[in-house]
Amino acid sequence: MSEILIYSDNDGTALELVSAGKEFAEELGATVSAALLGDGAAGKADDYFSYGADKLYVSEHPALGDFYVGTFAAALQQIVESGDVEFLLIGSTKRGKELAGRVAQKLNAGAITDANAMRVRDGNLEADRYSYGGNTMASQVVTTPKKVISVMPKTFELGPSEAKQGEVVNVDLDLEDPPVKVVERRDKAGDEVNLEEAEVLICVGRGVQSQEDLAMIEELAGLLGAEIGCTKTPASDWEWFSEERMVGLSGKKCKPSLYISVGISGQIQHTVGIVDSKIIVTINKDENAPMFNFTDYGIVGDYADVVPELNQKLKSL
Amino acid sequence: MDVIVCMKQIPDLQQIRIKDREPILDNVPLVWGDLDKNAIEEASKIKEAVEDVKVTVVALGSDKIEQGILEPLAMGADEAVLLTDPAFAGSDSMGTAKVLAKAIEKTGSYDLVILGEGSTDNYSGVVASALAELLNLPMISYVRELEVQDGKVKAVRNMEESFEVMEADLPALVTVAQEINEPRLPKFMAIRKAGAKPRHEWGPDDLGLAADEVGQNALSVETLSNLAPEQDRKNIILKGNLAEQIDALVDALTKEGVLGR
Repeated sequence: MSEILIYSDNDGTALELVSAGKEFAEELGATVSAALLGDGAAGKADDYFSYGADKLYVSEHPALGDFYVGTFAAALQQIVESGDVEFLLIGSTKRGKELAGRVAQKLNAGAITDANAMRVRDGNLEADRYSYGGNTMASQVVTTPKKVISVMPKTFELGPSEAKQGEVVNVDLDLEDPPVKVVERRDKAGDEVNLEEAEVLICVGRGVQSQEDLAMIEELAGLLGAEIGCTKTPASDWEWFSEERMVGLSGKKCKPSLYISVGISGQIQHTVGIVDSKIIVTINKDENAPMFNFTDYGIVGDYADVVPELNQKLKSL
Repeated sequence: MDVIVCMKQIPDLQQIRIKDREPILDNVPLVWGDLDKNAIEEASKIKEAVEDVKVTVVALGSDKIEQGILEPLAMGADEAVLLTDPAFAGSDSMGTAKVLAKAIEKTGSYDLVILGEGSTDNYSGVVASALAELLNLPMISYVRELEVQDGKVKAVRNMEESFEVMEADLPALVTVAQEINEPRLPKFMAIRKAGAKPRHEWGPDDLGLAADEVGQNALSVETLSNLAPEQDRKNIILKGNLAEQIDALVDALTKEGVLGR
């Protein structure tokens, strides 16, 4: 019987994939297993079983202390080749994404990364991912005997959990010490925001001229109960925001009821992160901004005039 | 020290139009990915900072690459390897990695291999990881600060929850993030001089690859469809003076049931 193996460096994402993997496994006549790697791996077993894993491969090998892509790829390769694993599903975090290509090469497998939807098709798993910079959505299948797919966090919802036990395999891995050492880890400022869950989202782009102007946007967010996100530039280049707040192809994918763009031109790299919003409002002084193509209600005007006026109105309600 | 930069030509994403959900690629010019330019810029900076560095660009693309290759050469590369054989066209990520690995091995010497953290068109990030595996190199991805010294590479990489400072002995492979640098615009004279720099064009035979091992003949991923997502928006631009626009907006949002939750 073929096997779907799940791994993510983020346990929440891994459990989403276990939940989804269980459904795919029923359709495919397969089983679901997961790899628990690194310090404290064994202690997570109950959680993984409760969301539907049939079997767990556990290793706390000392070489798996800090994540290094080559070492984790070797670990997964050994687990995949020890059994009947056909599908390796990896959470498409940054570590997961770099892992996908490396382990795929070890397995002589094809790899699809950043899948944002998946379904069973003719005994295989078909995955959707953005292509041409987000202009299109490609539906793809891996055609090699072993198949590696990395799946975006939050693509699937966590399924129901029930107390359940399964088989634990303590794998004896043959691993070398990583050739890359983590010499320091600088924590980013604790920004515990969860944009994917936001009901109302305001995003700012490079059209917002100065950091002081964020005050009026924060006021608007307060009035609407909104979270604030941004495009790439305000996060990566200006460092006004943590990357937790970056929305788009290389950031979060959000589906709020109401999304308001402020000073965003509407490049596809951002809009892929918000196309699933229920209602989209755009404030931009350039009437030709591509953002207006994605818009339900647009105001052509300078945000520095529009936002304070909108705040006044909302306060008067 | 030999630094290799891998680059790939992609269609200019700003110029792709959608018709009946199909992307129209005819007459869309080929350009270098933004992240590829960050990669060549970083190699040029290393060359300026460290003595005795040779930078070789290994570039995948069509025969139209002849003009395009002047740009990385003018930005600081010393030499270019062009992988433009039609047999390479349509390669998927694993196929691309295989061709790049063979070409890099054929250059004879590589201490540091630099790529963008993803191609600007598909952002799959698979090529660099597969390439590192094929060349058996230590890899550091998502790098925003890079330092090469005494046979070592030290890099700060940008992860979800932290910045990781990582260290490896050369040879190594790194992928760079957009924020690592601001790619230079080559000056006219540099472009003119770039035309005289050595170029090699290698096909499958030169790399010891058979025709069925490359391009469309060696796909590990099949694309079943590739269409623009359907867009169904109201596209209402609110009219009147600012106060009227704001009133209309708040009215509309109230009716939609998305205000005052």
